[in-house]
Amino acid sequence: MEHSHTARVSIGAKPRSRWSLTRKLVPYAYLSPTILLLIVLSLIPIATVFVYSLLDNVIITRNPPSFIGLGNYVEIFFDNHFRQALTNTLVFSGVSVLAHLLLGLSFALLLNSKLIGAVPKALFRVIYILPWVFTASIIAILWRLLLNPNGVVNFLLITLGLANDQIEWLSSRQLALPAVTFINIWSGYPFYMVSFLAGLQGISDDLYEAGKIDGANSGQLFRYITLPQLKPIIISLAMLDFIWTTHQFTLIWMTTGGGPTRTTEMLSTFTYKLAFSSNEFAQASATAMIILAISMFVAVFYVRNQRLAND
Amino acid sequence: MNKKLVGILLLVVALLVSGGNLMAQDDIVLEFSQWWEPELPAGEFRALMDEFEAQNPGIKVELISGPYSATRDLIVAGAATGTMSDVVGLDGAWVNDFVKQGSLASLTQLMSDAAFDDSELAAQIQLGGATYMIPVVNFVYPVFVNLDLLNAAGIETAPSTRSEFAAAAAALTNAENNVSGWVLPLSMEQPNGIQNDVMSWVWASGGSMLANGQPNLVGNADVISAVEFIKGMYDAGVIAPGAFSLREQDKVEEFTNGRVGMMISSLAHINLIRERNPELNFAISALPAADGYEGPRGLPYASWGIGVAQNSEHQAEAWKLVAFLMSAETNSRLSSIANAFPGNVKSTPDFVQTDELFAAAFDVFLNGYLANEFTGLPVAEQLMREFNEPFQLYLDGEMELEEFLTIAQEAWLGNFE
Repeated sequence: MEHSHTARVSIGAKPRSRWSLTRKLVPYAYLSPTILLLIVLSLIPIATVFVYSLLDNVIITRNPPSFIGLGNYVEIFFDNHFRQALTNTLVFSGVSVLAHLLLGLSFALLLNSKLIGAVPKALFRVIYILPWVFTASIIAILWRLLLNPNGVVNFLLITLGLANDQIEWLSSRQLALPAVTFINIWSGYPFYMVSFLAGLQGISDDLYEAGKIDGANSGQLFRYITLPQLKPIIISLAMLDFIWTTHQFTLIWMTTGGGPTRTTEMLSTFTYKLAFSSNEFAQASATAMIILAISMFVAVFYVRNQRLAND
Repeated sequence: MNKKLVGILLLVVALLVSGGNLMAQDDIVLEFSQWWEPELPAGEFRALMDEFEAQNPGIKVELISGPYSATRDLIVAGAATGTMSDVVGLDGAWVNDFVKQGSLASLTQLMSDAAFDDSELAAQIQLGGATYMIPVVNFVYPVFVNLDLLNAAGIETAPSTRSEFAAAAAALTNAENNVSGWVLPLSMEQPNGIQNDVMSWVWASGGSMLANGQPNLVGNADVISAVEFIKGMYDAGVIAPGAFSLREQDKVEEFTNGRVGMMISSLAHINLIRERNPELNFAISALPAADGYEGPRGLPYASWGIGVAQNSEHQAEAWKLVAFLMSAETNSRLSSIANAFPGNVKSTPDFVQTDELFAAAFDVFLNGYLANEFTGLPVAEQLMREFNEPFQLYLDGEMELEEFLTIAQEAWLGNFE
């Protein structure tokens, strides 16, 4: 009897432990494609770039790489061109994010208004969202044509008597940065608009009705109901947009190339020129790591905000 | 049944694999990375390779073709990882960097091993006494003149001196009709305007921006007179507006649309201009020289160059392909289909006999010499950018000539160390 009992245990124990191990591994098996992709597409490249940033003589050089620690970071930090690129990037990104917020919210409020009929609303939705449909290269080509000294914008300004001479929008050291910032604002606001519109449609009418019963005017309704309800969306969008805008390369490269005389130089174009024009891949890696650090700094706030929103 | 099927499949796979190996053992496959094939009429370049293969049994050519910039990135990646294609298409601006890295083979050695007579080669790009690139075909940059605008301005012949050019540019400029005399592209994205549209004035008068292979901008009378000449035209308002963000394609577009009277551009653009604006009446002439200069005129050019990878296991076979492309007959055919001038002095492209404009350009080519001092310099594109930045400030009146040249020279010297 005892023997048979032992036998039953020994027969049953082995499959159970194997099953238990399999059960533990199943979630990892499901995750493995994602983990593999993350390692191959993110971790290995980031680690490689980080290692390059600590070396001298990488990629285009006959000399073997040598470890110089933070030498590249120090050199980059004291480079006037880098500081100019950093300042330009912060101005370009800050103004873009702010304008995106204001424009996106304004258009979303307009489209959410009950004063506009269904057909015009649908029409305006299509018109307002158009800039978002174009890729960055198309936007760059389009605006290069529009802002050409012989282009449509100058033609209209001169015809309307708002300008006497042709304005060199993208060639002027005073106007180039505002011009590319404007183009970026134009191309980016629809994403905010769509997101805010979804947020506005999710706010319960009960809140507004309660506010009206309490005697709130439209300004107070906006300030005390609409804005607080949209706050999580505003913070999330602003942070994501700031990260995306600091990475903007195609638009700048295809409109001004960072010129004239570095007045529109961004961290992205600065890094590209270091790598592919000067063949300074180690310094370019250091700049790339600095951009990553800035993005990570903002990303941490984004994740924290998301966690607080979920709690 | 299933086992039989699996067995047959395994057998087929084994045969295919071994067959592939057998083929690989029989033929040497040369990889040839270049941006030329997409720029030539479909199938023409492959046909040349087929001819090479027929002449050299046992050697196959695998073309790896892409746009210019993608090809450069591919070659950079290949140079970094030691996987560069056996034969590579090169721009003169890249050579120095690849030679520094040791990724290009010495063609001098390969020519010597193959007992090749290099007297027919129009040019060789050398560093440290060894050849690393041979220009296969050349695209020269003469002056394009809009004849209708020129005649309307009361000028009968294309300018041949700087004074005549400045006078013609002033006469052509008509602000009311949005017409400018000359177009100068100085975009920071594509800084080759410094090479083609600025330094070309120096070379056209027999000058140089270098001394003993080192930057020589400060106090260089040739450079000073050229940049002062351009500044004079900029101040006179005869240069098309928006110069600081214009690229080479914008320049061609402005000329094609009749908004610019004169431009310095590649011969490769003749067909493009004719396609876009068949009505445009234009001519080609040599780049004007400084007043009183009688010597030979340097003619700016860009090349489709060729080189052999140091990491290639088949350098002798790779050289055979280079020699084939540089032979008088093949080079004539390639230059004919590319609308370019040959890299072999004994080659004559077909279009010289059939096209008046190309014939005129060929005369300009034969009477001058090819001049592009950026070819073979370290980080050539970066040198152009580093010159462009203070040059823009100088043109805008924000910087004095001496300061501009000093800043540019110091920046250049940093790359020559």
